[in-house]
Amino acid sequence: MAIIEREATRRGQTAVAERPKVTVRDLKGKVDPDWCPGCGDFGVLAALKQAIAELSLQPYEVLTVSGIGCSSNLPGYLSTYGMHTLHGRAIAVATGAQLANHHLKVVVTGGDGDGYGIGGNHFVHAMRRNVDLTYVVMNNQVYGLTTGQLSPTSIKGMTTKSTPFGSVENPINPIPLAITSGATYVARGFTGQQKHLVELIKGGLQHKGFALIDTFSPCVTYNHDNTHEFFKQRTRKLDEMGHDPTNFHAALEKGFAWGDEIPIGLFWKREDLPALDELEPVLADGPLAHRSLGVGPDAARALLKELM
Amino acid sequence: MKTVDLAIGIGGAAGQGIATPGDILARIFVRRGLHVNAYNAYQSIIRGGHIFLTLRTSDAPVLSHGDRLDVLMPLNQDTMNRHLRLMGAGSTVLFNSDTIKPADAAAGVQLCPFSVKQLAPGLRGDLVQNTIALAAILRLIKVEFEILEEILTLQFKRKGAAAVAENVGVARAGYDYAETHFRPFPFSLPDTGKPLAFFEGNQALAMGGAAAGVRFYCAYPMSPSSGVLHWMARHGRQLGIMVRQVEDEIGVINMAIGAAHTGCRAMCATSGGGFALMSEALGSAAMMEIPVVCINVQRAGPATGVPTKTEQGDLWQVLGAGQGDYPRIIVAPTNITDCFKIVPRLFNLVDRFQCPGIILSDLLLSEGRSSADPAEFDFNVPIERGEVIGLNGDGPPANGYKRYLITDSGVSPRALPGTPGYAHVVATDEHDEDGVLISDEFTDPHKRQAIHEKRMRKMDGLLPLLETPALHGPDDAQVTLLGWGSTEGVIWEAMQQLADAGITANNLQIKWLVPLHGEEIVSILSRCAKVLIVENNYSGQFARYLRSETGFAADGHIRKYDGEPFMPHHIVDGVRAILAGSTKLYVPVHEIQV
Repeated sequence: MAIIEREATRRGQTAVAERPKVTVRDLKGKVDPDWCPGCGDFGVLAALKQAIAELSLQPYEVLTVSGIGCSSNLPGYLSTYGMHTLHGRAIAVATGAQLANHHLKVVVTGGDGDGYGIGGNHFVHAMRRNVDLTYVVMNNQVYGLTTGQLSPTSIKGMTTKSTPFGSVENPINPIPLAITSGATYVARGFTGQQKHLVELIKGGLQHKGFALIDTFSPCVTYNHDNTHEFFKQRTRKLDEMGHDPTNFHAALEKGFAWGDEIPIGLFWKREDLPALDELEPVLADGPLAHRSLGVGPDAARALLKELM
Repeated sequence: MKTVDLAIGIGGAAGQGIATPGDILARIFVRRGLHVNAYNAYQSIIRGGHIFLTLRTSDAPVLSHGDRLDVLMPLNQDTMNRHLRLMGAGSTVLFNSDTIKPADAAAGVQLCPFSVKQLAPGLRGDLVQNTIALAAILRLIKVEFEILEEILTLQFKRKGAAAVAENVGVARAGYDYAETHFRPFPFSLPDTGKPLAFFEGNQALAMGGAAAGVRFYCAYPMSPSSGVLHWMARHGRQLGIMVRQVEDEIGVINMAIGAAHTGCRAMCATSGGGFALMSEALGSAAMMEIPVVCINVQRAGPATGVPTKTEQGDLWQVLGAGQGDYPRIIVAPTNITDCFKIVPRLFNLVDRFQCPGIILSDLLLSEGRSSADPAEFDFNVPIERGEVIGLNGDGPPANGYKRYLITDSGVSPRALPGTPGYAHVVATDEHDEDGVLISDEFTDPHKRQAIHEKRMRKMDGLLPLLETPALHGPDDAQVTLLGWGSTEGVIWEAMQQLADAGITANNLQIKWLVPLHGEEIVSILSRCAKVLIVENNYSGQFARYLRSETGFAADGHIRKYDGEPFMPHHIVDGVRAILAGSTKLYVPVHEIQV
């Protein structure tokens, strides 16, 4: 059984050539997406499939975990193993799955409300633990599936069903939040830049540790402020700006930038920190999920002795 | 016939070192093959307050911490003030007369003052008085000094020879002083020659998890469940169990579900407040059909409640945890040894039926301590994983694999992620046999009904596998005491006291709560003369549950909800009051401020 070798994925040295070829077609799920025509999420799904195919990750080796929301329907449109969990809980479930079987490639997908709002606590703690997850957030700055309310990334002043007179709150900025929380790969993509997005997701999949790819994925139905056109005019690639993703302070500075020029690309990456599973001596004997169960007679005797 | 039944109370402020003499006494007793039951009444405080440990030993099984004390060891004036008035004839009170003054004691109480200044000149108070009192108690029950010497030597070895000599010297002084100044008990401590194990309920639950093959354990600290986390953390690496402390209980249960989905056995424990946070996810485990075990160690609620006190107040919470109907198993172990045995049993059931299982313990069981024959801890338990594809890398690629295949049993073969050919999506949205959502674009009332019935059908297969409850005690008793979970021991002891008083009683103790053997329970109860339900909560949660499931209404109720567990006489008094017709609901008043 060809499983993803830990060593090979570590530091992005995936032995792509040795893997059976996977095409985008192989990755098609049982049903087609039911997103609104023009939704940015189509672009994320396409980019994710392209990235998996280019790395020849076998569909059965990948576990795609999502929460709830328009974008969280994504695992159903892929042919990998998938978990469509509760609203806000994808990161927690994915952490358990990754630690229990670290030979799986665990991808988390979802929206800004799911990840930065209701799931905010799990998000922050997964990053400080540097859990080996690739987290693709389809950030449309609005709640879509509940028909258009304020989200944690909605801009100040935005008029929604829950803020008919305009929001007075400041949004969360996931990029500096991720950098300061301990994520070791922090990127931002835009569905209007497909090739660029594929590269960012590929980089995340090859990164050993917590990778965030926050992606502008405009909502054509409920967000009339942050549209495809809005981002098309403003986004600018970091590598064209001469950004060094190993420079912490530069990464933070670029992460806070917002206005006529909004940076996309890889803000921050460090490879010197082990992922959580690499720090666990219990995993030295292979994935927990593959172990036989029970306590051997010697260990049982030792445990009993403690009670005597 | 029992020859010894000795209860020792040690009390003081938190931080005064009550646990150590308690542990030493318990070890001495169980090494002689004597049975022990220990209950520690404590408070949510790290230093100060009032802590009171009751340690009871006998050559017959000890069912509860009992009603009375034979020995009181007050480590401060507060403890003396609270407890002396409850000491009866034949009992002994040992105290440091330098700092503690007794009030008037009842006739026949032996007051045993000793002066630390005199017996251990130049040494500092608190811990020295504990050692002296401990040595004196051992002298009064005629335990050889060498046994204590050996234990102290072992305990202080790390601190060097001087510390060993000092502590052994102090103990010797106390032992000799008791010999010449105090009257010993009229019995010698027997030695059965068959040492027993001594353990806490949380330890038993954790070891049960290890025996079941738990490979992933996670928790958020919460009294009184943290003992499970501590045991797992200490033993995890050696046993190949990953142990994680998570950011909150929502994360805990979801992480456990994620781990369980990959095929390893996953468990978590919490108390009522944490369990409340887990509710939605338990439903998601049932919806995705992932087996997971969650322990709820009940404490006195609602809200933060009384964190260090016991209650059986979460029954309706676990019965109703989460939105919608879903299959679940709920079991309440009836004694501390049962805490060990129930875990592998429950894992086999949840694996077979692919649903969540909940263990409803409480502070009394989980932090209570008990002795048992070490043979009760059989780690060689049967392991049944149910219908799983891919555990051993087996299973050919199956075209058209349906994760939620509709079957007569309601159970569908479960393929583990990583198995070639079986990729599928599990979903918390309603889904069809394929796992495709039928909650939005493909909404279909017929499919929804079929898949909902498939899941719920599992409960029908489960029920016959659970043993039916049986009456304990005489069939034709005047009174039947109906209880659930942790109250079994104290009810049995109350039955003995009632028998001594000429009232015959029997007990029906319910362990498996969901699914419930309702028909059998009613069939048994319909043959009983008078049924009284005993439970540690305000509203009669089990009484209401039994009535809702079966229509059965009991003749009377004995309830306690002050945070302290029942003592046998509380139940005896309740039976008397109800038989006398003075009330249908008896609520005892706890005699001591602890």
